[in-house]
Amino acid sequence: MSTMTDTALQAAPATKARGYWATVARRIARDKVSMACAIILVLIFASALFAPWLGLADPYQGSMIRRLRHIGTPGYPLGTDELGRDMLARLIYGGRLSLIIGILPVILAFVIGTSLGLVAGYVGGKLNTAIMRTVDVFYAFPSVLLAIAISGALGAGIVNSIVSLTIVFVPQIARVAESVTTGVRNMDFVEAARASGAGPFTIMRVHMLGNVLGPIFVYATGLISVSMILAAGLSFLGLGTKPPEPEWGLMLNTLRTAIYVNPWVAALPGAMIFAISICFNLLSDGMRSAMDIRN
Amino acid sequence: MTDANLAADMLEPIEDVGGAAQPLLQVTGLTKHFPVRGGLFSARKTVRAVDNVSFVVMKGETVGIVGESGCGKSTTARLLMHLMARDAGDIVYDGMQVGQSLSLRELRRGMQMVFQDSYASLNPRLTIEESIAFGPKVHGMADGKARALARELLGKVGLRPENFANRYPHEISGGQRQRVNIARALALSPRLVILDEAVSALDKSVEAQVLNLLADLKREFGLTYLFISHDLNVVRYISDRVLVMYLGEVVELGPVDAVWDAPAHPYTRALLAAMPSSDPDKRTEVPPISGDPPNPIDPPPGCRFHTRCPFAEPLCANDTPKLSDLDTMGHQAACYMAIAGSGHSRAPAKATGANAA
Amino acid sequence: MFAYIARRIVYVIPIVLSVALVCFLLVHITPGDPLVAVLPADASQELAAQLRSAYGFDRPLPVQFGLWLWRAIHGDLGNSIATGRPVLSEVMHAVSNTVMLAIAAAIIGFTLGLLLGLIAGYFRDTWVDKVATSFAIAGVSLPHYWLGMVLVIIFSVQLNWLPAVGAGAGGSGAWAWDWEHLRYLVLPAITTSVIPMGIITRTVRALTGDILSQDFVEALRAKGLRETGVFRHVVKNAAPTALAVMGLQLGYMLGGSILIETVFSWPGSGLLLNSAIFQRDLPLLQGTILVLALFFVLLNLLVDIAQAAIDPRIKRS
Repeated sequence: MSTMTDTALQAAPATKARGYWATVARRIARDKVSMACAIILVLIFASALFAPWLGLADPYQGSMIRRLRHIGTPGYPLGTDELGRDMLARLIYGGRLSLIIGILPVILAFVIGTSLGLVAGYVGGKLNTAIMRTVDVFYAFPSVLLAIAISGALGAGIVNSIVSLTIVFVPQIARVAESVTTGVRNMDFVEAARASGAGPFTIMRVHMLGNVLGPIFVYATGLISVSMILAAGLSFLGLGTKPPEPEWGLMLNTLRTAIYVNPWVAALPGAMIFAISICFNLLSDGMRSAMDIRN
Repeated sequence: MTDANLAADMLEPIEDVGGAAQPLLQVTGLTKHFPVRGGLFSARKTVRAVDNVSFVVMKGETVGIVGESGCGKSTTARLLMHLMARDAGDIVYDGMQVGQSLSLRELRRGMQMVFQDSYASLNPRLTIEESIAFGPKVHGMADGKARALARELLGKVGLRPENFANRYPHEISGGQRQRVNIARALALSPRLVILDEAVSALDKSVEAQVLNLLADLKREFGLTYLFISHDLNVVRYISDRVLVMYLGEVVELGPVDAVWDAPAHPYTRALLAAMPSSDPDKRTEVPPISGDPPNPIDPPPGCRFHTRCPFAEPLCANDTPKLSDLDTMGHQAACYMAIAGSGHSRAPAKATGANAA
Repeated sequence: MFAYIARRIVYVIPIVLSVALVCFLLVHITPGDPLVAVLPADASQELAAQLRSAYGFDRPLPVQFGLWLWRAIHGDLGNSIATGRPVLSEVMHAVSNTVMLAIAAAIIGFTLGLLLGLIAGYFRDTWVDKVATSFAIAGVSLPHYWLGMVLVIIFSVQLNWLPAVGAGAGGSGAWAWDWEHLRYLVLPAITTSVIPMGIITRTVRALTGDILSQDFVEALRAKGLRETGVFRHVVKNAAPTALAVMGLQLGYMLGGSILIETVFSWPGSGLLLNSAIFQRDLPLLQGTILVLALFFVLLNLLVDIAQAAIDPRIKRS
């Protein structure tokens, strides 16, 4: 073999093994925008999770004599709502329900949609046609309309809102999963794995999942931003959470009557939704470019 | 193989059952037609990608397959690997057929393939070592042993394992990746390796290195190659025998020197004449054939080449000429001009003894 | 080209039927007896049975679907329970208001989106790009109903420039193209335009960037073409995809107007849907969704055909 050893071939320096995901994580960690978004999200999540231990006012306890206080009122840093409840407490406690109804549908749709798309893309043929044609039917509805139609038919409620949003997102994730899977499946390395005698499950585990899950995950992360807006939107219409639960969409709705009295307090819950939504969008963009390790 | 002097254990190769006289690969009547979606109201059509292809590959030889792009070379490779179901035909590996005396798993140890696109044929998420070790692990080798074997094979293909084993495909050059792909194929101890345009995408200098590597590996591991390429120079360099394909059919086959020195089919002649030459006196001024290959969706009836053939006569459009012996050395061509008494004006007279054999 | 259009139209038929099926089933996933919504609380057993057979609720589901579909094809979507008027005329009246809003929003959103997208793509990775991209990200991340509230707070409550709700004197019935009426359209249209603006900016930016990085652009510049000429090539290459995205966005604006129409009390299909939901007016709910979804399917079909007409790569079917 010594005849083969030319210097150019050996030019590559010795490196320690660093996995693909470790590389991606390092690249995200170096991206300032993504990290800022991650920190904001962690803060919002943590405050919602630990709300009872933060020494906040009771988010349900109202008072007729201190309604609609302005932002910066002593004792009420973010003012009070139309029933005199502390806005800071309600915004932080509101994160609990808002985040659950916004994120849970995407998680459920991720599991269901990815499974459908993987199967459709990997098996192909008639099964693919059957799954993807069904998905097409849901694509014939604008997603907001579909979510509201299902919610409206099922009736108001947190569970129904989660169910309807899941139904809306499953086809979207399934379509992405199918196209990514089909793309990877047609790559030569999958052929090569088949040519080594590997069975479908081994190929799926070793060669497909690692290449397919990343793009689907990025898409789903971006979808959380849509889901947060839609979930709060359903509550805003009165189709999701019911009073007196603190939830951002519902709070926006009930405070709508107060815009002539104390407009900026009324706008606060929307700012929370906006913050979460933009952070997930930016994080999704950051992950997408971090995963493109070829440049 | 035992004579390859590897420190690591390799998988036991599929046993040589037939002996030296038994061809390693016998292909008869191999056919693959792809249905094509017609228009809304038109009938379904088929692409005759591979049509009634037959040939044998003897143990230890290198058989080249040449032809223009779209002539069915790669489909043939995928059919042989059983990566694609064939419509008709038999593929016999060392006297055994898959599903009878040979399982598909065994076949895949006995026959491996190197693809053209060196990047697409490696999983971007796996290190090079993992990619090479994957095959042996599928066939039951323990992870540690498989990785040791992978490193050993990296050395065999001229890549220092300590530099390359832990790298990812996008971190190395095309030539290096193709060496990895060769190592990956060898990891299953195959006796037959199909090289589907394996050097076509490489720079000329790198191509030469990889060809030399292939020659070395063949000697060291006792391999048999089926070498698919559109590059006639490369095929001539590496092959013992050659198959010329046109629109899914074999139009000529024989020992590489016989075909090069006395091409019998006008298509082969045209291909050889179109070869660039470095000798200014041999420069071609007129293109030997014009036009593109006809659409394989509706191949012309009769001899598929007659639409582009300068010697075509009415009989060529009527019936397909069969592959016929030109000599006793296995040189065959499917052209009426080579068949004695075929009725073509340029066909040799019936009485000449040489062709009667 | 003709074959392509014919195939697309044939392909739409099963989609339309499935859409109709989904709309039909919507009423049947509703918890409880669909009759409850029609029935007075103190209705007798006989009246219930009478109405049940009148609405066909006693027939098997496939038969019900067939009958409903047959009537729907003939333009009969039943009568609104709340108003007693035919659903189709109620819906079409409301849809015309939504179309007006969507077109106004499209003019704003598409113009801004195309402009920002082209600029951002052309001056990629400069501060101009960063500003445009931030606008786009904000646009797609904004809860649009909240933006509507904020705009009302600024322009109606604080500045008192524009009306907060409604469609002008006499509702939409007396609509006229004068400032007196148009000023009601300004805030809802701006609010609606934000999401399409963001999405089109992002799409066009990516398209422009991709096209500019292709070799043929290098060749155009190398042969001495002026930048305006290069720009023409960019626009030509980006047009089919941009058109498809704009068509889709127009569809989303038509179908997704419910939140904005609720904020602004704009008398369109969204507001109609809202009242249908809360009055449990199931025929109206079903009819509105069916009409909006069919609009969306039709629009997608038109976009596909238009795209095929301007994209030479699609022509050869």
